Formats: sequence, structure tokens, C-alpha cells
Amino acid sequence: MKAQLQSRPGWLQRALKQNPADLAAHLFTWAFAAGILVVAVLLVYELYAASSLSRKEFGWSFLLSSEWDPVQDKFGALPFIYGTVVTSVLALLLAAPVGVAAAIFLSELAPPKISDSLTFVVELLAAVPSVIYGLLAIFTMVPLLREVIQPFLQKHFGYLPFFQGPMYGVGLLAASLVLAVMILPYIVSISREALLAVPPEQREAALAVGATRWEAAWQVVTPYAGLGIAGSIFLALARALGETMAVTMVIGNAPNISASLFESGYSIAAVIANEFTEATGEMHLSALIQLGLVLFGITIIMNAIARIMLAATSRKGQTR
Amino acid sequence: MTSNLHLWRKAVNYIMFSLAGLCTLATVSVLFGILGFLVWKGASSINWDFFTQLPKPVGEAGGGMANAIVGSFKLVLLAAAVGVPVGFISGVYLAEFGGRKFPALIRYVADLLNGVPSIVIGIFIYALVVMPMKRFSTLAGGLALALMIVPVTMRTTEQFLRAVPDSLREAALALGASKWRMVATVVIPASMHAVLTGTLLGVARVAGETAPLLFTAFNNRFWSPGWDQPTASLPVMIFTYAIAPYEDWHRQAWAAGLVLLVSMLAVNIAAHRILSMRMARRSGR
Repeated sequence: MKAQLQSRPGWLQRALKQNPADLAAHLFTWAFAAGILVVAVLLVYELYAASSLSRKEFGWSFLLSSEWDPVQDKFGALPFIYGTVVTSVLALLLAAPVGVAAAIFLSELAPPKISDSLTFVVELLAAVPSVIYGLLAIFTMVPLLREVIQPFLQKHFGYLPFFQGPMYGVGLLAASLVLAVMILPYIVSISREALLAVPPEQREAALAVGATRWEAAWQVVTPYAGLGIAGSIFLALARALGETMAVTMVIGNAPNISASLFESGYSIAAVIANEFTEATGEMHLSALIQLGLVLFGITIIMNAIARIMLAATSRKGQTR
Repeated sequence: MTSNLHLWRKAVNYIMFSLAGLCTLATVSVLFGILGFLVWKGASSINWDFFTQLPKPVGEAGGGMANAIVGSFKLVLLAAAVGVPVGFISGVYLAEFGGRKFPALIRYVADLLNGVPSIVIGIFIYALVVMPMKRFSTLAGGLALALMIVPVTMRTTEQFLRAVPDSLREAALALGASKWRMVATVVIPASMHAVLTGTLLGVARVAGETAPLLFTAFNNRFWSPGWDQPTASLPVMIFTYAIAPYEDWHRQAWAAGLVLLVSMLAVNIAAHRILSMRMARRSGR
């Protein structure tokens, strides 16, 4: 027992045995890394503290009330949560199939050189600022929706509640479409990495028993990379939930809860962006910060899930 | 019968890969669509005035975005000056000094920080900097952007330091160098090039951020002297001009969008070139 203790000295003894300059360098770099932790804690604390006024006034009913009236200091988050979730989920439904299909193409069929350059273009796409997506959406997609797509949908599928009501162009549908385009690059590039990490033996085994390349890709490789692909989708969902500028520019900015996707809506990030600098009173500001806290909570949960999934796949790859 | 099944499976193979190829094509063409549209709408509005004049009051045609361009430069400069060293040094800790548990925690927190919506970062800096100072400022905007640079720089640094072969480390230690000397004179110089390039990408990305600037740097129709005044920036200008009802402002928003996008693409492509050239040289040796 004693020998064990001696052979495994505590961290303090180990530290003191080090060269003092090494110790200094260690502590110096450690301090910066720890600083990141401190900033993260501070971020949560500031959001929590700055929203105390509204948290005390409304409590949990903040999440369920759909009243948003700065004049009477009555605030509820439901329309914003609704708009955020509906646009993000719809964007995901639109983008996930396209993104995963593109990732399968890039990893399983395209020759490596072409695949690499196309992936580079996809990564450039991820670097396009969201305000530019918004700019294009306002002046190209919104008129197209208003003049062509919405009339078409209403004419042929108007019996569905999603496609009823007036056609302004801006609204939940427009926001979902922009978001879908914006999260597509994340899904493609991360899913592709997950697919490329699948050991080649898996493909070879499938091809050897007579599978076509698509069967090998779809029935063997894709399920193997399933967790990584799911991780990419959750990461994209987190991006979509927190996306601000492009959504603000096309969602219509009216706190409605309506089944119709043509209707104007509002997202959490959009209402913060629009009202923060013009907040009429302390309660209004506090309510907006509480909305920020809610958004923070939702995206952190999504990110945490995504990270766990991606970490699990990379471990799976390493053990092979 | 079997040959029918065989044909069917071949057809499925062909059709599904074609569809997947179309999806790829659609994704990739978005970038060219965006670029083409910006050039078509914005190129005609880019002139000397755009880079040298202040915005004109509503109703007067002409004017430029000189203050927004300078403002963006100052914001990004401040963000890089604060964010890059912090991220770099933490990255060195993770790659060279860290043990097991604490670095894993830091990595996880950094990843989460990276996923925090940028508008929430804006609220944080508003509460931390703007409220005590009682004014919007370049300082606050720069700090908001810095906070977004830190996690990216940290992970990039760690990744490229780890890519330095252990034989180099061992050689330095065998020559009697202490650990910090080994890190400072062998490992960091060996990876400096790649780290800088990767960092540049992170910095370029925040140059296009709008949301965290809305209530930190705010906006300004005039020059913003020093660091404690509200300042204009290109992304916020694009937002303000795009949602305004004036034709002339839309024209300028397109021009600003084109300038912003082209400079970001240029930095990204240059960085990619440098990195892949180094990679090719390494593997060729």
C-alpha cells in the first residue's frame, strides 16, 4: 500500500518535481483554458440574473402564455417557441433527405478528387453569412413564393390546413425554406465524414455477396454510420433553432400561432433581434432576455445530444 | 425471373445514385446561384463612392459605406486580437499539457459555446459590457465576436499541434530541452503555418456575423472615432438596408453583400489552397 502511494505521488508532488519553467507554462496555459470555463459559467449566470424580473413575474407560465404585450407588461413565449420549432423542424424535414443523399453520393460514388472539390464548395456554402441568405431570400424567394409557389400549393392542396389563408410570401414557409438551404451544408459535410469513417471491409463484404453499390451504400454503410448522420442532423437542428438574421428577414414578424404555413410567424431569435434595442421598459427587456435563456436551453440540449452521438461514432471508428 | 429481379436491382441502383447526384448538384449550385445573383444585382452599384463616402440621408441618392467597412475592420481586428491569443493558448494547453478529465471538460464546454446562438452571445455581452458602460461600442461588438472566435481557434490549434509527429517532440526532449522549450521552439513552429491558416478561417467567419452586433456595436450613420462609440458594420448595414423600403438602399445592400461575400470566399479559398499545398508537400516527402 505504501509502495503504491510512493510510486503514484499526488498531483502537487508531481507538479513540484517539474522544472519550474515547465510548471509556469503549464499553469499559464491552464489559466486560459480555465478562463473559457469561467466565461461559459458567466454566460449562463448573466442570462439567468438579467432575466430575474420576468422570471419572478411569470415563472413557468412564461412558456405557455401566448400574450406578448409590451404596453401592459404582459409577456409569454409560446408564439415564439412555436415559430422557432415549426420552422426548424420543417427545415430539417426538407434538408435532411437531400443532405444525406448528397453525402451518400459524395462518399460512395463520386471519385475522391471530385468528391473533395464538391465538398469544398459545400463548406464554402457554410461560410456564407446568414444576412446574405436573408438578403437573397427577401428579393428572390419571397416574390417567387407569393407569385408562383403559394398559389400552386393552395390550388392543389388548399384543403390541407397548412396551405390556407392569404399569400404574402413572407411567413413560416419562407423561413423554413431559407433555413433548409442554410443547414444543408452542415448535414452534407458532417454526414459525409461519418460515412467515410465506415471501414471499407463493410462495403467490400456487401459487394462480395452480390449487392449493388446502392444496396451496399444504403443497407450496409448508411446504417453503420447512422449515429453520425443523426448527430449531423441534430447539429443542424441546433443551428436552425438559433439562426437569427435570415429568419428575421422573412418570417413576417407577427406573434401568431397558426396551422397555416403561409401565415406570418415569429421566432425567438427574431423577436430578440427586433425588439431588444427598442425595449420599452425593464420588464420588456427582462422578458426578452428570458427568451434568450429559453433559446440557450433548447440549443444546448440539441448540441449536447449531437455531440454525444458524434463522439460515440468516432469511438466506434477507433476501436475497429 | 431472376434476370428480371437483377434488372430491377440494377435500375434501383442507377436511379437512386442519380437522385443522390442531383441532390449534390442542387446543394453545390446554391453557392453559384448566390454568387451569380449578387454579382448581377450588386456589381453595378460598386464604385469608388461605395468605398470612400458616408451613407447619404434618406432620399438622397449616392453615398457609400466607408464607415461600415472601416467599422467591420475594427471589430474584426479587436475580435482577433482578443480571441485568437486566448483560443491559441488554451489550444496549446489541451494538446501539450492537459491530463485527461479537465481537458475533456474544456473541449465539451468549448463545443457547447460554439453552438450557442450568436444572438445569445449578443445578450451576454450586452449585460456584461454595454449595460455597465451605458453605451453601445466597438469594444462591445469586438468582444462579442471574440467570444465566437475562441472555441474555433482552440480546437484548430489543438488539432494541428496534435498532428505534429511525436518523433519531433522526442528528439527535442532527447537533446535535453525542457517541456516548455520543446513546445515553444519545436512543436509550435512546426505547426504555426497550419494553425494560422485555420485561425484565419475562424476570423473570416465572424466577419459576416450580424446578430451579435445588433445590440453591442449597434449602428452608426457616421464615422465612429475610438473604441467606445457605436459603430456601423457591413453585415448590420446589409440587414438595415435590405429591410428598409427604399430602392436606393436595396441597391447598396446588394453591393455590400457582394463585397462581403467575395472577401469571405477569397479568404476561404486562399486558406484552403495554403493548407492543401502544405499537405501535399508533407505527403510527398
